Amino acid sequence: MFEQFLFAVEVALNGFMAGVMYSLVALGFVLIFKASGIFNYAQGVMALFAALTLVGLMDGQVPFAHLINAVLGTEAHHFGWHLPAVLAILFTMAIMVAFAWAVNELILKHLVNQEPIILFMATIGLAYFLEGFGDLMWGADIKKLDVGLPQGINGWIDETTFNAFGYGFFIDNLDIVATVIAAVLVTVLVLFSQYTKQGRALRAVADDHQAALSVGISLNSIWVLVWSIAGFVALVAGVMWGAKSGVQFSLSLIALKALPVLMLGGFTSIPGAIVGGLIIGVGEKLFEFLAGPALGGATENWFAFVLALVFLVFRPQGLFGEKIIERV
Amino acid sequence: MLDDKTGEYAAEDGTEAVVPLMEMRNIVLRFGGVVAIRDISFDIREGEIRAIIGPNGAGKSSLLNVISGFYHPQEGVVIFRGRERAPMKPYQVARQGIARTFQNIALFHGMTVLDNVMTGRLTRMKSSMAAQALWIGSAEREEIENRGKVEEIIDFLNIQHIRKVPVGRLPYGLKKRVELARALAAEPELLLLDEPMAGMNVEEKEDMSRFILDVNDEFGTTIALIEHDMGVVMDLSDRVVVMDYGRKIGDGTPDEVRNNQDVIDAYLGVGHD
Repeated sequence: MFEQFLFAVEVALNGFMAGVMYSLVALGFVLIFKASGIFNYAQGVMALFAALTLVGLMDGQVPFAHLINAVLGTEAHHFGWHLPAVLAILFTMAIMVAFAWAVNELILKHLVNQEPIILFMATIGLAYFLEGFGDLMWGADIKKLDVGLPQGINGWIDETTFNAFGYGFFIDNLDIVATVIAAVLVTVLVLFSQYTKQGRALRAVADDHQAALSVGISLNSIWVLVWSIAGFVALVAGVMWGAKSGVQFSLSLIALKALPVLMLGGFTSIPGAIVGGLIIGVGEKLFEFLAGPALGGATENWFAFVLALVFLVFRPQGLFGEKIIERV
Repeated sequence: MLDDKTGEYAAEDGTEAVVPLMEMRNIVLRFGGVVAIRDISFDIREGEIRAIIGPNGAGKSSLLNVISGFYHPQEGVVIFRGRERAPMKPYQVARQGIARTFQNIALFHGMTVLDNVMTGRLTRMKSSMAAQALWIGSAEREEIENRGKVEEIIDFLNIQHIRKVPVGRLPYGLKKRVELARALAAEPELLLLDEPMAGMNVEEKEDMSRFILDVNDEFGTTIALIEHDMGVVMDLSDRVVVMDYGRKIGDGTPDEVRNNQDVIDAYLGVGHD
């Protein structure tokens, strides 16, 4: 019985770490939604694109190799260099900023004052475009991402728990690193938004566009900033997921798991995204462990969505979202 | 007056040349087929309190929105500090030194009073994003300086006790005062107030009137305001523009305007017999 309990604890811990990954993706959604009221469907694809670009840069892949070779009849695939991870991450970040600028310039600027549903549709288009663009640029094969993060079972935890309970916990080093990085990321984001002038401007825009304009804030520059930050969060999420399961196009599907996280936590709350991700991570792993065998397994595929549905019925604004009060 | 031939300012009687802070000339503003402002010209002199009055729907707020860049007139020119102004976005106008408040209070409801007023300083903060993000050198000094100025304004408007309260929780009258504080924080050359006393009780109106006069006295800020309460307008303002159906029907000191027959007709209605 005690062993069963220990096993459940281990499952919950692993769920917690998986939840951190969900939180990372959800965080990107919340940032953009808060600042501009846009539900950015492309957030998951942005994570994929960032990871693809990072791998491509590190391995010295020639971008658009297939296209170039088809047109020019060449056989270029690799530049033949390997960039260090830190440098590649910096370059990728620069590309994500350029992407943010392009999104604002080519799409958002032309859709000012449009209905949210139209902006949402635009981001769906953006998602498909970016997915195809990433494919064309870097190729569709599954890539290994190794930025030097520790991976594999954490020996110390395994040993300590084995000595204490006679049962060693299996915790992946990568998950621990991801948790630490996510914690640092959120702390930095909170500090930035609370204590810098840009952060204050960002919160102002999220709160009231008209008032923000009247104190001299340019909405366009703030939107580029917000999309850049979302791009940065996407990069972090892309690195984590990529390191865990390889950079592949199914990565963009993790965006779908972020949806129930957002419904749980509330679309407008950064703490909500974190807590929502953790609840779903722990919840789905524990549910699978406890009820999975009786229900025939594979509950992880639907648990999050059912949980979100329950929330939609009883608490549509999520755990931390702003309550929707309509005056009649 | 701006001389059409020389393009320079000359007083009409030739004694002294006074450049008004802001001048509107032949402004026409249409929304589709609706004409909100029909050929309006008036000026705002440096250091004065200028009121814009008129019945509902006269186009007062539209006029204020033209000055602050929220609306762009189809015809006419806006001259600020003696220079014709190209069509500008609201945030550019704000950066020029024109601050405003709104009829329906546009505050950042999730932020504290202090943070709201601090946003008013954004145009005054120059340090780069990198310096801000890393919180080094100039960024810290700047934050401290600006914080000092903001505390001064908070004291001035007597809202110290609610500094840390999120604005969304405040009663209406205080919200109006916080909005004024935010506009003042920018140390504007021209302050636009859109119905600063709408919906207030007598006591609150008296407080607000006192603040407006104090701002004008102590900071020398030029103020243009829209107001419905005639008593308040007559007490506060140096000069008054009267609008009706998008037209200017009167312009002058409170006493001149009070005795203007067009104005009396617009406010009391004219008998048709």
